[in-house]
Amino acid sequence: MNAMTPEPVLREAPTSRRDPAVTPRTGLGLMLRLELSESLRSRWFHFYSFVAIGLMLLLITTGISESRVLGFTGLSRLLVTYIQIMMAVLPLFIVVTTARSMVGDREAGNLEYMLAFPVSLRTWYWGRFLARLMLVLSPIFAALALAAAYGAVMGHEVPWRHVGLYSGLVAALATCFLGIGFLISSVSRSTEVALGASLLIWLTLVAFLDLLLLSILIQQRFVPDFVIGIALANPLQSFRTASMILFDPQLILLGPASYVILDHFGVAGYVAWAMAYPTALGAALAGLGYWRFSRGDLV
Amino acid sequence: MITIDRLTKRFDRRAVLDELTLSIAAGDRIALIGSNGAGKTTLFRCLLGQYRHDGRVGFDGAGAGRRDAGALARIAFVPQLPPPLRMPVGELLGFAEKGAGADRALMQAIAERMGIDLDEVKKRPFYRLSGGQKQKILVTVALGRNADLMIFDEPSANLDPAARAVFIDLLAERRDASMLIASHRLEEVAPLVNRVIEMDRGRVVLDDAVMDRLKAGEFRRAEIVLSAPHAPFALALSGWGFEANGAGTRFTGPVPAAETFRFLGLLARYGSLIESLSLDQQPERVN
Repeated sequence: MNAMTPEPVLREAPTSRRDPAVTPRTGLGLMLRLELSESLRSRWFHFYSFVAIGLMLLLITTGISESRVLGFTGLSRLLVTYIQIMMAVLPLFIVVTTARSMVGDREAGNLEYMLAFPVSLRTWYWGRFLARLMLVLSPIFAALALAAAYGAVMGHEVPWRHVGLYSGLVAALATCFLGIGFLISSVSRSTEVALGASLLIWLTLVAFLDLLLLSILIQQRFVPDFVIGIALANPLQSFRTASMILFDPQLILLGPASYVILDHFGVAGYVAWAMAYPTALGAALAGLGYWRFSRGDLV
Repeated sequence: MITIDRLTKRFDRRAVLDELTLSIAAGDRIALIGSNGAGKTTLFRCLLGQYRHDGRVGFDGAGAGRRDAGALARIAFVPQLPPPLRMPVGELLGFAEKGAGADRALMQAIAERMGIDLDEVKKRPFYRLSGGQKQKILVTVALGRNADLMIFDEPSANLDPAARAVFIDLLAERRDASMLIASHRLEEVAPLVNRVIEMDRGRVVLDDAVMDRLKAGEFRRAEIVLSAPHAPFALALSGWGFEANGAGTRFTGPVPAAETFRFLGLLARYGSLIESLSLDQQPERVN
């Protein structure tokens, strides 16, 4: 309307042809697609995919499948090396990128706008969680498939049992650290705090691996139950032990503590624990994050 | 349509909304004014279920839960600052269409009138658009929805004058929705609204039903004296049907009662030139 014109011109605007009886609502499928396409555009995902797949290509080209450790060679050797390296990379990527996601959106004002749409908080939160889980797993599954294809071409026997086990372990570990990331993102009021907390948690869990503080505790003959408790409670250690258990069934690398683990669980029992515990822990932490997210101020 | 009863929101024990009580009826078109920190944006966020609060916000008589997606389906919102969404514009429009029932053809028509070519920008990330383009897209999405209540938080702040004029026209044409518009430019939104609410420190300090006193069809007689002739001012008043004296310093003419706010907004721009101003209190019919 021109400020010089005193008479307001009121016309009837074209109105929506949507049936007013139908209440529009954002469903889980739409939320998944939104988050998937959002993450597929992001640099962290490109870099993460490059690292996850590039590492497998690097291991293949360096001929690690031809070397031998503890009697293991071929694709089994390739896979166990890959999975041990990913144990360090995967949680760090997940927890750092996830912890800053929601709190970053809150700071930027994206949440204020997007949550004004008719989407339930449950759909919003769990849609993002599922989309992220699919995204962080897809490059690793692609790398494992690449290794299987390489083995088939080179005439190696493809160790499907190992591929299946590692896929399950990776999915459990990813769920666990996504849960940690979502919880941190829900409770943090700034990106800096979220990043700091996520790094601190990752470092603590890495420190309590058998390679570092845990081995010192074992050397110092700490109470075995305490050491075993830490080994079982640390999802990184669960992953590492379960991934070793295939080629080191006596868990020699873990020292005397392995007796307790094997006595209590057995090989199959421990593998089941290593898959179930991180998954349950991640789901519980994500659930706690949702509880906190849905009960506090959203923006 | 919306009942707000003793709504209180505190941040660090400081009440930003202080037992605010208000009702918004279907068809209400409200200009929400107040200085910075008065609580306007906080009120919007409480209505959208984004803040925890004390007191009650009810939608259509029902005490809505903390954040009711069914109620949100009936509310369209344009924030004060465009969010830096990374998604392409086309994806945002698709999301609004599939997830909030926005009408694609209607959005296309609105965008054209706002002066933005959706086909041209649909592949561009939203955050890469200029401030004005972002605001036009957000307005397009909001007006493209079949909402019963439209909430605009300083919606025209980033728009150029031409786009602002179109935006006001679009709002005026949208007769089927209630509106809650926070704006520092009262004169701009005044012709659209039938109610002005002023907030101060979290409370309603003025709730004025404009149309009750300033009914359409009634006029006031204004007389303005300038300290010196001023051609742009004379030109602006000629559009209102004012007559000037020979020296070009005294102007008299009718002001439609319903246009009083907009007229005063026009005068505010020339405030330093005005020596005296009178508005006849007795409405007088002018044919």
